[in-house]
Amino acid sequence: MSTQSDQPELVGRGNRDGAQLFRDWFSELSDTAKEGGQSAYVFVMGSLNEILKVFDLPVVFPEINSLQTAVRRVAHEYLSEAEDYGYSPDICGYVKADVAVQLRHGDHPMGQIPKPSIAVLTNACNTYIKWAEIWQRMYDIPMVTIDIPGTRESGCQTFGGDKHFENDRKYVAGQLKELITTCEEVTGKKFDIDKLRQILSYANEMSVGWKKVLELNKSRPALFNALTDGTIYLGVANGFRGTEAGGRYFKELVEEMEYRAEQGIGTLTEEQYRLVFVGVPCYPIFRRFNELFTEWGGTFVHSTYLWFASGGTNSGFEYDLADPIESLAEGVLLSVRDAMDSMFYQDQMLSSMIDDYGIDGIIYHPIKSCRTVSTGLADCRRHVAQQHDIPSLFIESDMMDRRVVSEAQMKNRIDAFFEGLNSRRQKAVVH
Amino acid sequence: MAYAAGVDVGSTQTKAVIIGEDRKIVGRALLDTGANVIKAAENAFATALETSGIREVEIEYVIGTGYGRYRVTFGNAQVTEISCHGRGAVHMFPGTRTALDMGGQDTKAIRVTETGEIADFCMNDKCAAGTGRFLGAASAALDIPLDDLGATALKYNKPVRISTTCTVFAESEVLSWLGKGKKIEDILWGVHQSIAARSAGLLRRVGIEDEVTFTGGVTKNIAMIQAIEEKLEKKLNVSEDSHYMGALGAALFALDQIFLSRVPHASVEASS
Repeated sequence: MSTQSDQPELVGRGNRDGAQLFRDWFSELSDTAKEGGQSAYVFVMGSLNEILKVFDLPVVFPEINSLQTAVRRVAHEYLSEAEDYGYSPDICGYVKADVAVQLRHGDHPMGQIPKPSIAVLTNACNTYIKWAEIWQRMYDIPMVTIDIPGTRESGCQTFGGDKHFENDRKYVAGQLKELITTCEEVTGKKFDIDKLRQILSYANEMSVGWKKVLELNKSRPALFNALTDGTIYLGVANGFRGTEAGGRYFKELVEEMEYRAEQGIGTLTEEQYRLVFVGVPCYPIFRRFNELFTEWGGTFVHSTYLWFASGGTNSGFEYDLADPIESLAEGVLLSVRDAMDSMFYQDQMLSSMIDDYGIDGIIYHPIKSCRTVSTGLADCRRHVAQQHDIPSLFIESDMMDRRVVSEAQMKNRIDAFFEGLNSRRQKAVVH
Repeated sequence: MAYAAGVDVGSTQTKAVIIGEDRKIVGRALLDTGANVIKAAENAFATALETSGIREVEIEYVIGTGYGRYRVTFGNAQVTEISCHGRGAVHMFPGTRTALDMGGQDTKAIRVTETGEIADFCMNDKCAAGTGRFLGAASAALDIPLDDLGATALKYNKPVRISTTCTVFAESEVLSWLGKGKKIEDILWGVHQSIAARSAGLLRRVGIEDEVTFTGGVTKNIAMIQAIEEKLEKKLNVSEDSHYMGALGAALFALDQIFLSRVPHASVEASS
């Protein structure tokens, strides 16, 4: 058995290496921009990284670029620029920050963002389509929309072998072949199916690792904070999907989490309450938002964000390398559908999580500038409350715009929530 | 006899309450908060001491509440006004299961248990629509003192419908109705109905359970009580001390700490 002193470098390695990979990624993007090289603009829900990597296209995630402006506290500059250009304050903050990045010719706090050569998207979010149309018009580039059929019945997903599912798989596979043809035209390179197999095997390593990491956080105390640490892991899951570095990172992350579990190394000195976060983080005050909970001993042990924004990596789905295109179609279908379900049928997933992860409270965080992820949260909360006697907090802010983030009001609500949890626990002890 | 105090530093007014071991109010104070929040808390506490005739050394525990709770520098702990209003409401009206607190900056719907613990709560959004500030805007636009708004509004005959929810825009809407020749009382009743509708929405979100107790500064406004009662089709519990409910709740939490300190080895903190 190893001890903490044996392997101290293991603790926090995921965060350190994740941050380094992030810097490397943006450094590569900056080099591409300076050289006038090609890139693909993609989205987290169905990035199709696997195919784009076959053509050596660097991937740009405008959603991640935008949230980075908020984390680095300069989002307001970008939002104002897009609003001065004519975008309404009510439009998605991610879109507006990206528009400003484009207006600034790729200038971004983490480096230089290259211009797109192709935009690839799914129908997982309505805004994706209008957003990609902006690039299409700005740069006269091809825009490939992969139409993913959603879950046909509430609470009744279909899987491989089912007649409807197999029809859907054919539908998606046909679109992937069209994407491959378009990539060949854009890059002038021939598609290499063996290269795709290699990329899929790296993606498999990542999926297996991420699923395991999420499961390991059932440990007490929690091994990582799903809101803060989890977002770092999520960034690697998106940017490095289908790469050797990405596969290795998640193998090593499992190693770190297993070590932490064995040693009982958690995130807080004293974990008092285990919480689930539902929604998209409050990036404008990212660290502070988390502190408002940790100050009371609250740890986020899970987050629906780690599902729907992980590009399907959470499901642990492994591609069949013998049949790469059909298997990729199945994976894309499952992962994008799962991302949509994670937003629309969160109540079912939360219900399963409450006992598995020993949840004391649920934090719902609807955001002003994304109705897609926020609209159903009130219903979700009501439904979960009917099924489980578990306290919850509903606080609204934004993922980008500081103008609608009021820390004082937020703190008031969070403090009251914990006062309620405290008195509930004291009462339970008395009885 | 030990005494406990609660000091509620709100966005517009600061309230202080002193209670004895029998949980009865022995001193109270109400002052405008102003720009110096620390001073406001100190002055309110000093005034409450004066009205009670109790010396400061006799106060064993003080809890600060309200937005300025961390500015109650002489306090022993802090508790949010959400918990305090719930606790105060159940103490004053034991049948309370839902409390509506309407203050200068926010309105809170609070569902409570029979022992005064918070079961759920919901507050107005980040803007001041549907709060006391909305009435302040109407008062300024119509040049009627805040204290006279309620009585004036109840003289209505043909109420107008205030459609905006924005406190700033409400002022211009009020002026536009004046320009159309509408009577002040009809406009004012429309303002009260608009606020009552938003409050009812908050209450429905947490679930309205009998009895409903109205707390906070706006409880002094008789038209607001009537407008909410009409909207909910329910009578509201209101008392002369409803304005002090947050401070009273804080004082009750403070008294809990005094009693706990007498139990050997009990060390339950009111707040982290």
